[in-house]
Amino acid sequence: MKILVPTKRVPDPDQRVKPTADGRAIDTDGVSFVPNPFDLIAIEEALRLRENDGSIEVVTVGIGVDDYEKELRTTLAMGADRALLVETDELLDPWNVASALQAVIEREQPDLVLMGKQAVDDDSNQAGQFLAAKLDWPQATFISKIAIADGAATIDRETDAGIESASLKLPAVITVDLRLNEPRYASMLQIMKAKKKPVERIALADLGVTAQPRIEMVGVEVLSSKRDCQMLSSVDELIQKLRDEAQVL
Amino acid sequence: MKVLLIAEYENDALRSASIAAAAMAKSVAQATDGTCELLLLGADASAATAHAAQYAPVHVAEHADLSPATADRHAAVIADLVQSQGYDLVVGAATTYGKDTLGRASGLLGGYMASDVVGHEVVDGELLLKRPMFAGSVNATVKLLGGPKVVTVRSSAYDAPAPNDAASPISALDVTPGTARLDVQGVASKSGGRPDVTEASIVVSGGRAWKTSEDFENNVGKLADTVGGAAGSSRVLVDAGITPNELQVGQTGKIVAPDLYLALGISGAVQHLAGMKNSKVIAAINSDKDAPIFLVSDYGLVGDVYELTPQIIEKLAGTCASA
Ligand SMILES: Cc1cc2nc3c(=O)[nH]c(=O)nc-3n(C[C@H](O)[C@H](O)[C@H](O)COP(=O)(O)OP(=O)(O)OC[C@H]3O[C@@H](n4cnc5c(N)ncnc54)[C@H](O)[C@@H]3O)c2cc1C
Ligand SMILES: Nc1ncnc2c1ncn2[C@@H]1O[C@H](COP(=O)(O)O)[C@@H](O)[C@H]1O
Repeated sequence: MKILVPTKRVPDPDQRVKPTADGRAIDTDGVSFVPNPFDLIAIEEALRLRENDGSIEVVTVGIGVDDYEKELRTTLAMGADRALLVETDELLDPWNVASALQAVIEREQPDLVLMGKQAVDDDSNQAGQFLAAKLDWPQATFISKIAIADGAATIDRETDAGIESASLKLPAVITVDLRLNEPRYASMLQIMKAKKKPVERIALADLGVTAQPRIEMVGVEVLSSKRDCQMLSSVDELIQKLRDEAQVL
Repeated sequence: MKVLLIAEYENDALRSASIAAAAMAKSVAQATDGTCELLLLGADASAATAHAAQYAPVHVAEHADLSPATADRHAAVIADLVQSQGYDLVVGAATTYGKDTLGRASGLLGGYMASDVVGHEVVDGELLLKRPMFAGSVNATVKLLGGPKVVTVRSSAYDAPAPNDAASPISALDVTPGTARLDVQGVASKSGGRPDVTEASIVVSGGRAWKTSEDFENNVGKLADTVGGAAGSSRVLVDAGITPNELQVGQTGKIVAPDLYLALGISGAVQHLAGMKNSKVIAAINSDKDAPIFLVSDYGLVGDVYELTPQIIEKLAGTCASA
């Protein structure tokens, strides 16, 4: 059985983001990147599934510029068997990511695509659903639990109404939520060893995919959430302010 | 534009998140000299038609196979209708249902989608959409380069429109949903009789300061009840099993914008702020005077929540208008 884990590199969420000079995009100059936190959770889960079933192969795939290799090496150090870099200089939107993944899936024929529910840079939460629709595969989004047996996955999904329990046949696209697991850190030794593992490269065009942008950014505005905080000295004062000044009690 | 609103409902009433999405859908229709219609899907969809017809003409896709709602079946029905009737824009609430189902529907319709829309503008007939990125630290203005377009709307960003005086027409759709490929066994429904964090005008929220579920309940929960509000929490409490999932506020939890957000023992991590920073008034209690939550608060009190929360409850008991 083969599990494909798409992984995006995203600007480290602990950094401050700033717009480019023309105000139309996010400036990524000098920014450090990390694998998307949700994708690390997907990789971790794939590795745990492999611990129970030695026949599982875990393949990670990243779509982007040359530098993606660094984040893909992180996935290898965690324990992925192979990594694939689909090279393109364009920043792809979720539709085009799904198109590229569809082409990768034709070559790799995975039984399961396990991926993050959202990339924490664009926060789209779309690529998994798009991919499932394009492949006409079953989908389960936002999962917090998974078990695999007899060609099917049994999952729990996090929905607004509570935890939904369901099952679906493989092949399928499954997107993971935060509470599924705590991703492992790779040891120094594993990081060293990962340097020898293969990262296969394919140009996006060689997959027969031409980017067809669906969305265009026309501006970005950095939001400040700062407020002038009145520091109060007692519960009485707090209640009085909330009642008389803010009028919210 | 010809706009279709996918509305969620519970029993005979539309969900408030869908009513907020109606504000966006109707506003776009109006600004483009278009129309706005509404679609209800499910085994008992007709129960909500009367409420839905207060907002727009209603299409009802009622079929036993459309409940429980699964993305594949619902998305197929939506995409078919959009294609056969030539809708330009599909609007839904940015709920887990909206993201799951409308994501798949957009995948069937070419992927022209914007999620979590918090504002829009029609300029020279072109729809510009505002949406947060990077955990809400920036707002991007985007346009979709083709159609049919699909958007999910954050309910905290739009006020509910007033219902129309006269009810709009209702029409039944003949649908044949395909095979279900997600076999749903059930939903472990949520706890407690308190309002949902996204719907209350006051949210009392607790963070890592709270050591046990009992402490949380006896303080955060009790204060929420005292003011007639909802109880919320940071992710760490959910991860620790102290509070249930659906209480989580933040980037990966619920997005709220109540009149008052009271943060009790929450540090103010960006991922948490992403879920509550648009609240009208924010007040925080924290033992650390340098806690970042104070930077985004209107009122701050430095102290131990274990000591101060019971005092607030005692002083407010029986005095709150909303309780
Ligand atoms: C991808 C990603 C997504 C995330 N999504 C979310 C999300 O949706 N929501 C979310 O909340 N977090 C989210 N997080 C986690 C977030 O980064 C923080 O870890 C979390 O919000 C911290 O919760 P906290 O403020 O309760 O705990 P802490 O940061 O530990 O803060 C506890 C605070 O309580 C104060 N305190 C302690 N004891 C007392 C006392 N007795 N009286 C008064 N004050 C006291 C402390 O001074 C401190 O400020 C996410 C993280 C990642 C990486
Ligand atoms: N450039 C990319 N390369 C590989 N995977 C990606 C890429 N962009 C998005 N993904 C995957 O799609 C998921 C959802 O992304 P998004 O729809 O952009 O929020 C991510 O968690 C990744 O698993």
